[in-house]
Amino acid sequence: MYDSKLVITGLAIFVILMTFPLWYNGGNAGDLPKVEKPTNYKQCVEDAAYMRTSHMVLLDDWRDEALREGKREKVKAGDIEVEKSLMNGCMMCHVDKAKFCDQCHQYAAVKPYCWDCHFVPKETL
Amino acid sequence: MDMKRRKFLKIAGLSTIAGIGAPAAFERLLNGEVPTISHASSQSESHSESEKPTGKRYGMLINLKTFREHQGMAEKCVKACHTVHNVPDFQNPKDEIKWIWETPYENAFTSKSHYYKNEEVHNNDALVLCNHCDNPPCVRACPTKATFRRDDGIVAMDYHRCIGCRFCMAACPFGARSFNWRNPRGKDEKSGRYFIDRATYNKEFPTRMRGVVEKCNFCVERLAKGLQPACVEATGHTKALIFGDLNDTNSEIRRTLSSNFTIQRKPEAGTLPSIFYIL
Amino acid sequence: MIEKALVGNSNYKKWITFLLVIMGIGAICYVRQFTYGLGLTGMSRDVSWGVYIAQFTFLVGVAAGGVMVALPYYIHNYKVFGKITILGEFLAVSSVCMCLMFIIADLGQPMRALNVLLFPTPNSMLFWDMIVLNGYLFLNILIGWVVLTSERKEVAPPAWIKPFIYLSIPWAISIHTVTAFLYAGLPGRHFWLTAIMAPRFLASAFAAGPALLIIVCMILKRFANFDAGKEAIQKLVTIVAYAALVNMFFLCMEFFTAYYSNIPGHMHTLEYLYFGLHGHNQLVPWMNLSVILPVIGIAMLLTPSLRIKESTMTIGCILIFVGFWLDKGIGLVLGGFVPNPLEEITAYHPTFNEIAITIAVWATGFFILTILYKLALGVHTELHGEDVIT
Repeated sequence: MYDSKLVITGLAIFVILMTFPLWYNGGNAGDLPKVEKPTNYKQCVEDAAYMRTSHMVLLDDWRDEALREGKREKVKAGDIEVEKSLMNGCMMCHVDKAKFCDQCHQYAAVKPYCWDCHFVPKETL
Repeated sequence: MDMKRRKFLKIAGLSTIAGIGAPAAFERLLNGEVPTISHASSQSESHSESEKPTGKRYGMLINLKTFREHQGMAEKCVKACHTVHNVPDFQNPKDEIKWIWETPYENAFTSKSHYYKNEEVHNNDALVLCNHCDNPPCVRACPTKATFRRDDGIVAMDYHRCIGCRFCMAACPFGARSFNWRNPRGKDEKSGRYFIDRATYNKEFPTRMRGVVEKCNFCVERLAKGLQPACVEATGHTKALIFGDLNDTNSEIRRTLSSNFTIQRKPEAGTLPSIFYIL
Repeated sequence: MIEKALVGNSNYKKWITFLLVIMGIGAICYVRQFTYGLGLTGMSRDVSWGVYIAQFTFLVGVAAGGVMVALPYYIHNYKVFGKITILGEFLAVSSVCMCLMFIIADLGQPMRALNVLLFPTPNSMLFWDMIVLNGYLFLNILIGWVVLTSERKEVAPPAWIKPFIYLSIPWAISIHTVTAFLYAGLPGRHFWLTAIMAPRFLASAFAAGPALLIIVCMILKRFANFDAGKEAIQKLVTIVAYAALVNMFFLCMEFFTAYYSNIPGHMHTLEYLYFGLHGHNQLVPWMNLSVILPVIGIAMLLTPSLRIKESTMTIGCILIFVGFWLDKGIGLVLGGFVPNPLEEITAYHPTFNEIAITIAVWATGFFILTILYKLALGVHTELHGEDVIT
């Protein structure tokens, strides 16, 4: 191989840089986020495990059903019925975006753009 | 020798085909089965007549007479719509977003040319909005299905999916679409005025974000709750705006349509608008 | 092969640096537009497409124009074009790259651009445009690269590339046809609603594309010691002249139909562009030039004494190229929006930021073109041992 020294050194630097977060934190993933759950309500529209992994899928499906197919019938969450809506459904129980949504989203370093358009409870734009 | 034979066969074959085909073609030309007189109006061109309408098709009747009797009511309709849908007011024509607005008669109905016009009709504004066409060109143009025609005839938008290419704006023959040239939630740098009035905004309806197209949605969110569209509600009991199902023979809009002379904007574009006007 | 682009004389380095500076300024302007929104441009509710889409439309034509070299060479085995065919292909590559950049610059939500693939919509012409443009880009990169590598190895191009070459010829026609369909199928835009939109696009493309190629060849002759050959250039000049003539003929057809039929909607935009409508005449001088320049250019290219002389021939090509740029890169798109569907007239003035981004995209295109031509000419020199200064 031509310039094998240069190539191998370059590759080594690349690998070290790319794995920086792993070895710098010593394999420690940091404190798990603490999510504040609604106190007055016990049950969500799906079980907690599903909601934790797939709430975005559910929101996408709700949006397509409500908007495109006009299927806006309410969804059961334990004893109560909620609207198929982020603003007028989810956020009715999960009233505090900062303590619920943001906790995990910050930890997972995701920035959903929901709030560019949708309102947070109590928010004045 | 061989070449000649092949050539002969070719010519013979072709003449046979022509001999069989020509009389049939002439016959069709001379005394075809199609009636000599038939109609090709903008109505029958489209699919609506061949495919019988099924299900709902929402529409609206705008009675400009009633609006002339109630000066200032059209303004109320515009305000009601723009407040309930958090439509920003930029106060400059370059960034302007509007779902429903008043425009001079001649701008609303562009193909009318009268020398001797009815002053009353011509000197008053008409209310214009998305026509929720039965055959919408904007939907045809959209490359992502971000704008689509629902089964109930409403032409709606999915703001999550819109890429902001503005092909729909070029396609719409009614200028009904607006684009978010900047953040609608922002404020005027000089005066500090928010584009969406913080005192009156609707918390139950989202705003839009910059870079997407928006337009009248026939108040789908209000229809789902059994309410009338916001503009219709703003006209009170005047019947200046009648909203309903065009496919329901017993609906108020159908009855009013059959007992009055009504017109649509640009019927020649073949889009089959669902908004009708009484002048 | 790519290493050939990294070395060059001082002129080459100056040119590359110049392009990079413009690209840098444009990048800053794009970041500004990305964070603020398209409100930083001069576009509005009424004129909802501006210089970006106009440049895109024009450059699709330049890309398609390359076929005027490829077709005689590959299909009719016209050997004279042998030296410049690769230049035509690489011109197409850089033009399509510019087209794609202009589209992205024009999107309100560029991060969602892939929604076009995620939710394929065959009834939208924009969906098809995306397919044909990317396909054409792929074809030209593939063909250009394979042909160039074989030339370097001094062997004939492999047989498997032939089908791709043949496919690329109708494909070139398709990119400009579909681009014309973006406009020609919209009800309520009278100026665009014309069946000769696609033919006219192709005519102007077959003039503007080869015209640019001739201009570039003249520059290469002067600065890079590359001679495309007199016969090849003269043949291209003929193509440019007649294609330009056909385009002007089509323009006359538009005027006839609009004014003889006397339908107001059909006359409004022509009136606005060429004579001024209700006092709105900001585009009139430009549009007058878009007629005058090509007419002079065509006359020059059809006059034997002026066509033979390299300097006058180049000027003729420049006049045609600039004229058609004014016609398609400004008038066609902006004109379609005036008057708007409510017959209101809204003026459009591009902003500084918008123009900076536009120039930067052009600079990026020329950057790609320079690099590709450097490779092609490098291979050429390597084989023929000519003393290339660049």
